[in-house]
Amino acid sequence: MAQMNLLQAINNALITAMDENERVMVFGEDVGHFGGVFRATSNLQQKFGKGRCFNTPLTEQGIIGFANGLASHGSVPVAEIQFSDYIFPAFDQIVNETAKFRYRSGGQFSCGTLTIRTPYGGGIAGGLYHSQSPEAFFAHIPGMKIVIPRNPYQAKGLLLASIRDDNPVLFMEPKRLYRASVGEVPEHDYTLPLGKADLVKGGSDITLLAWGAQVEVIEKAAQMAEADGISCEIIDLQSILPWDAEAVCESVYKTGRLLINHEAPMTGGFASEIAATVQQECFLYLEAPIARVCGLDTPYPLAHEKEYMPDHLKTYEAIKRTMDY
Amino acid sequence: MQDRNHLSKVKITHQTKIITDGLLDIPMLQLLDESGKPTDGAKLPEMTQPLAEKILKSMHYTRLLDDRMIGAQRQGRISFYLASRGEEASTVASAAALSDADMIMSQYREQGALVFRGYTTKQFMNQMFSNQEDPNKGRQMPIHYGDKPLNFMTISSPLGTQIPQAAGYAYGQKMAKEAAITICYFGEGAASEGDFHAGLNMAAVLNAPCVFFCRNNGYAISTPAAEQFAGDGIASRGIGYGIKTIRIDGNDVLAVYQATALAREIALAENCPVLIEAMTYRLSAHSTSDDPTGYRSKEEEEQWAKRDPILRFEAWLESKGWFDAKAIDTYKEETRTEILNALKVSEKVPVSPLEDIVEDVYDVPPWHLQKQLTELKAHVEKYPEHYPKTSGRKS
Repeated sequence: MAQMNLLQAINNALITAMDENERVMVFGEDVGHFGGVFRATSNLQQKFGKGRCFNTPLTEQGIIGFANGLASHGSVPVAEIQFSDYIFPAFDQIVNETAKFRYRSGGQFSCGTLTIRTPYGGGIAGGLYHSQSPEAFFAHIPGMKIVIPRNPYQAKGLLLASIRDDNPVLFMEPKRLYRASVGEVPEHDYTLPLGKADLVKGGSDITLLAWGAQVEVIEKAAQMAEADGISCEIIDLQSILPWDAEAVCESVYKTGRLLINHEAPMTGGFASEIAATVQQECFLYLEAPIARVCGLDTPYPLAHEKEYMPDHLKTYEAIKRTMDY
Repeated sequence: MQDRNHLSKVKITHQTKIITDGLLDIPMLQLLDESGKPTDGAKLPEMTQPLAEKILKSMHYTRLLDDRMIGAQRQGRISFYLASRGEEASTVASAAALSDADMIMSQYREQGALVFRGYTTKQFMNQMFSNQEDPNKGRQMPIHYGDKPLNFMTISSPLGTQIPQAAGYAYGQKMAKEAAITICYFGEGAASEGDFHAGLNMAAVLNAPCVFFCRNNGYAISTPAAEQFAGDGIASRGIGYGIKTIRIDGNDVLAVYQATALAREIALAENCPVLIEAMTYRLSAHSTSDDPTGYRSKEEEEQWAKRDPILRFEAWLESKGWFDAKAIDTYKEETRTEILNALKVSEKVPVSPLEDIVEDVYDVPPWHLQKQLTELKAHVEKYPEHYPKTSGRKS
């Protein structure tokens, strides 16, 4: 085991994948010699050569288009989009190409080997164009998988699983935690299952659900609530698509209450999908309406970032409201 | 750390002179004139008689297939068709200059290339009737072919998306040390898409062995080339991206063949992209959903019909003593019959079973797709008469 931050864990996963399979190639803006603007790809070019780790021109649609072609050839591309705020020029390539390649060809061709890595989320004074959490857009695309780790251990295990999974994966990295989240990471090769939630902590009164950087927010709120005698079960969804409805519903059968927290705006956010499914499956078990603590339906602010965030205090208040319903 | 100077290739001037168009003189390679005679000083490619005959037959086949399927669409037997009349030299002769190992990424009007590669009449029909024998499982509108054994990438409707993909595919071929390239077809309209610029730039910078083949056929549905771009065409953009470029007469089989063979050779030997701009004319409507009388004159079409690539190639074959009119007539008659018979068979083949609706979205259907399929099956069983294509069938 070694102490690593989330970036180091990602770097370690990439090295592990590239060591194991020479068809793995890593590319994007500034990822080459420089090692990426966050340094997630440090030393890869030095270690594996310019053919396998390289800079691309500044064109997100080009990066993903190129990656789709490379994946359809059978190579294993790990493409980086520098900030998820800038993924939208590639939206057509992802929605109409990456995700539909296998389907439209009857399984003759696919982009299953593709992994798209992209930092997402706020809390870094990044304003409206360096803070967005666009997971819900991509959750609406049949054919994609979406994975979000919350700590270094998950980052390595889930990224390796994403690279090896035979489906295209959008791997969203909580950049607020890149250096802030530090933990023990095995140096050996390991994977964590996609599509499975992680039970962070058991509890009996209310289920708190989040992913990525927001998990620590609900953990903090849970500590406050537990001081009031409220027992909270905490689940990290880990995979947004396909998501682990079974684990969430099992928890809600037990607690009868659910709170979902995400950074992205409330309307059309992934919490809506979860709430709809849970009320369908758990209607007679619910003691209170499902609570959503989310970003506001505004662009992500700069000066008012703290006010915008679905923080532990807003979450704590929502827990109390749900308990008092 | 390596020192760089991005001005190293820049010369200094003291004259304030804005560069105007016309400075880039990109002529069009023509080896056979419109009557099929070799042009003055033309060095013709070495083409064997069997290859010449295969090219001619493939062009005829393509046109016969187009004509018959336009008819089938008019009769309501298929929903849609998209013909390539007038562009057969561009698609067939370029494919003829490739190796079978080369990947073809096409736009949608390149059935000629697929014919040359050996796609069978039965395969064409199964795709167009979206039946269960279509390897694409009936998921796409007619003419969106794809065939892995023939190295023909499945066609996608969104325009230009195949262009950066071709750069990536070719890069993969290079990294795997394959003796193969990728050819990427598109029209002059698709060259307005962002993906065109992204793809050419990526291919140039990342040294992808890829031949970009632009069919400049004068129209994007109804929009004429003059309303698609200023300037004289697409070729100059290749130069702008630092890509080796050639402009050719797309209705001249020999020019298409020669230029594509050379481009392929360069791409493979030098690991770089090459752009070919083939000047041609879309004699067909854009598709069966289009009516060109609303945007161009009969006279214009007639002018171009006179430049028919098949007639031009036949005139050259005739001059070589390689053209047997009677044999071609027999071939055409047999082909017509073959197409008609295959059509009658394929249109009766059922669509794939209901279970296929959730297949190939992922490698295996996840829980939510399985759940939706279970619910759908129960619903279809309840109202079988409303879903006659799939109800009551065993998978």
